[in-house]
Amino acid sequence: MNTIVFTLLVWSGSFLAGLLGALTGLGGGVVIVPLLTLLFGVDIRYAIGASLISVIATSSGAAAAYVKEGYSNIRIGMFLEIATTLGAVLGAFLAGWLSTEVIAVIFGIVLLYSAYSSSRHKPHDIEDDRPDRLASLLRMNGSYPTPQGSRSYHVHSVPAGFGLMSVAGALSGLLGIGSGAVKVLAMDQMMRIPFKVSTTTSNFMIGVTAAASAGVYLNRGYIDPALSMPVLLGVLAGSLLGARVLVRAQTRILRIVFSLVILALGIEMIFNGLTGRL
Amino acid sequence: MARPPQHWDDNRLEQIIGNLLRGGVLTAALVVLLGGILYLVRHGATVPDYHMFRGEPADLRGVAGIVTDALSLTSRGVIQLGLLLLIATPVARVVFSLIAFALEHDRIYVIVTLIVLSVLLYSLTGAGS
Repeated sequence: MNTIVFTLLVWSGSFLAGLLGALTGLGGGVVIVPLLTLLFGVDIRYAIGASLISVIATSSGAAAAYVKEGYSNIRIGMFLEIATTLGAVLGAFLAGWLSTEVIAVIFGIVLLYSAYSSSRHKPHDIEDDRPDRLASLLRMNGSYPTPQGSRSYHVHSVPAGFGLMSVAGALSGLLGIGSGAVKVLAMDQMMRIPFKVSTTTSNFMIGVTAAASAGVYLNRGYIDPALSMPVLLGVLAGSLLGARVLVRAQTRILRIVFSLVILALGIEMIFNGLTGRL
Repeated sequence: MARPPQHWDDNRLEQIIGNLLRGGVLTAALVVLLGGILYLVRHGATVPDYHMFRGEPADLRGVAGIVTDALSLTSRGVIQLGLLLLIATPVARVVFSLIAFALEHDRIYVIVTLIVLSVLLYSLTGAGS
């Protein structure tokens, strides 16, 4: 296989990942590393570097649209980015310290969790809606557009959310993923921010979080231009197309199929990590 | 709208941030595409090997080296410059938010944004090398 064929194949795989990720809302970044390591035999450090790059692109592209629509809360995002960027730098350092087998196993576990969390979403009730003191001090309470007009919300449990966000950041830096599932868990379930605001604000934060660890990866020489090129262009094209057809697509079955793919990849990553076959 | 030019609100901030992110990603993708075409034309027939991890050469690991390589139009240097632009896009967004919060006289968020910005700059200027 020469470089042209390899580049085209990686581009196609990344395009598909970006498309499915956008259509299902699960993000394409999470399947890039297994795709590159399991299918193309790429070293996991190069794969994580390339994935991190694609995560910045899709997050920034999607965030551009959401921010304009007024869903994302810039203050919540900025405050929690302290936690995610610090976590991301820590995670990137850990990536240089842990063996590739251990990283593969952790990656597999995160894939299993993503598949599991996508199959269930429990909407929280907004009954006890007394404003939280810290959240009010930080001016985090906001409002978002609904078909019935603008709706306001309060933010709760800021310290706990902050703690879980640093874990999300560390996972992002260690594995080169957006870790949107953990970010949404922190904001939606823990801080009780409306689901739509949580997902769009999470998307908004992913780019900055990934940039924090991308710097460390670049300095370490983990980011290979010739490999990142087709990954970035493929994921970006796929996710742009996915966002376009999203309104017309029937995504329920697609979501189940994609979750099963993630589940299978998770099992294979853990297996390969444990048997040292990477 | 009869709004004084110094006036900033979150809504306007959101619009500008949206444009900034989109512009940054598109510019970066174009540079990467250009470098990619150069790369495939020059090195398309070689056999890729990513199974062994070697790490990138020193000139592709830092801002100065990447700019030098890109200016002499080495294909890998041009792609790496595009990737650097992409990494810089969220950083530019944070810098812009800093200015906007300062204009809004929001002292708490100026400090919050400064912390995020220093973590980003620490990581980009040679952490881990």
